Amino acid sequence: MAATLFPPRLLPSGDSAITVEFSRNIDDAANQRVLALDAMLAHEAVAGVTETVPTYRSLLVHYDPEQIDFEILGEKLLALALLPVPPVTKTRRWRIPVVYGGEHGIDLEDVAKTLSTTPDDIVARHVAGDYRVAMIGFTPGWSYLSGLEKSLHMPRRQNPRLLTPAGTISIGGVQAGVQCLAGPSGWHLLGRTAVKTYQLHRDPTFLLEPGDRVTFSAVDAETFAEQDRAAEAGEIVAELIDA
Amino acid sequence: MSKLVISAIGPASSVQDGGRHGAQRYGLTPSGAMDRLALAAANTLVGNKPLAAAIEIGPFGAAFTARAGAVRVALSGAQRNADIAGRAVAPDTSMTLADGETLTLGFARGGSFSYLAIEGGIAGEPVFGSLAVNARAGLGSPYPRPLQAGDELQTATASGAVERRIDLPATADAPIRVVMGPQDDEFDDVQKKLFLDSEWKISATSDRMGYRLEGPVIKHLHGHNIVSDGTVDGSIQVPGNGAPIVLMPDRGTSGGYPKIATVITADLGRFAQTPAGKVFRFKAVGMAEAQNEGRKFADLLRTLPDRLRSIESFDLNIEALHDANLAGSAVSAVDAGTWQIPAADALARD
Repeated sequence: MAATLFPPRLLPSGDSAITVEFSRNIDDAANQRVLALDAMLAHEAVAGVTETVPTYRSLLVHYDPEQIDFEILGEKLLALALLPVPPVTKTRRWRIPVVYGGEHGIDLEDVAKTLSTTPDDIVARHVAGDYRVAMIGFTPGWSYLSGLEKSLHMPRRQNPRLLTPAGTISIGGVQAGVQCLAGPSGWHLLGRTAVKTYQLHRDPTFLLEPGDRVTFSAVDAETFAEQDRAAEAGEIVAELIDA
Repeated sequence: MSKLVISAIGPASSVQDGGRHGAQRYGLTPSGAMDRLALAAANTLVGNKPLAAAIEIGPFGAAFTARAGAVRVALSGAQRNADIAGRAVAPDTSMTLADGETLTLGFARGGSFSYLAIEGGIAGEPVFGSLAVNARAGLGSPYPRPLQAGDELQTATASGAVERRIDLPATADAPIRVVMGPQDDEFDDVQKKLFLDSEWKISATSDRMGYRLEGPVIKHLHGHNIVSDGTVDGSIQVPGNGAPIVLMPDRGTSGGYPKIATVITADLGRFAQTPAGKVFRFKAVGMAEAQNEGRKFADLLRTLPDRLRSIESFDLNIEALHDANLAGSAVSAVDAGTWQIPAADALARD
């Protein structure tokens, strides 16, 4: 496709970071461009760029203003952002085991009721999804996935929970999530995985990368308990289907 | 090896350094010192690298005792009463605690955080190149949590080097400077003016994640939900209730509220030191000015060793005498030899 790419907006985030914004909305095409620009910056080092943080619709570029100033870096980023998005040649695909419902997914029944269907049907739809890690943020390893089936889109909870368990698998709005650490969440909790997307003394410390593909598989509580022990001992548990 | 034992300490005190960089893309926030200049000054006084790990001490008092040998330390940041066995200690100086001696610190005055650097640094296991405590992620070393009484930090035995003071530039009581954006277009001109023209106070419910501001309600143009994007230290986000929150080093790496402005790097430490309840204002500056101030700040951090003065050196005491005279209080050459005697108010107990 040779369609002209529209230029992103360059928004100052203080004196040492630029937000390169491709869209104001959750938008798959924008996320692809975010990840493409991120990859370009990883391969083609721009002097002064210290760290990049991809999110749904923008790339936050931290830089050292002693090495490069806002205008010059802005021009470089704009030029890179307007290059055609290279076709994704190599994508990692993970299969993440999930124990759904019951004590592990306390909102599954309510979600099914709200959508006038059965818990099994919700699980089937969630498992059938082909997801992409759009961004990782908020707390270590919290992976926000795009690709949630339209029929599962629903507003977040009115009252966010202050504490949800480690490994929570949830949906919120148009997004699906893999949460690593226990913490607050306003999303609907469908289940839990033993997979730790962040584990300190494991190699790799962070399992998922923005851009990785993710699918889920349903496992029973016993399998979950076994996998949980294995993961605690440093095993990855998630299955790498394609590298 | 000696050790420094935490004999007493209040909340919001932890080991901090220059922070943990490079993993924000995985949701891991940098953490690190709230006031980098004060951290660097304390470290420079004892010959450490400027952003080495030190003890960040919150607004309350604290006491530290040397064990298994002498320990050389230096204090910078918020002013407080400080004494070793009843001998008053001046701010911005190094000092040596003999084995068994205790350094006792009072409440912070006119600031929130002080930094106690230890000669030879703090022994620990760095993660992503940092010992900084990030309690939420269970990171930090030697303790992955705020410090508690009874904790022990392993460190080098004091070198016996000549004690020093450091002359830091006076802190300006000026507005906190910001660069507008990244989402200032989520607010109309009236609201932006309200933000810039109003008096603000920092709420007592603030912490290392964010400083909540008390002042007028800032209204959004299109509602308070935006698609989450990346944050930086000093991002000023405006949640649904219209009360801005300035994100601090333990912030979430992404956030879904519009960010009206960002505190400039050069003013982050000064902002972090603003005590809860004190009235302050913001001032918008252009990118060129913000980056120029940032370069001056980086220069200041680099040239801190040039600001060291030996407390016992005759030559430097002449300079101290000169400084003291310039400051308007004539002192004799004999007094200049004890330049480090603090001002009368610093001697008063809390």
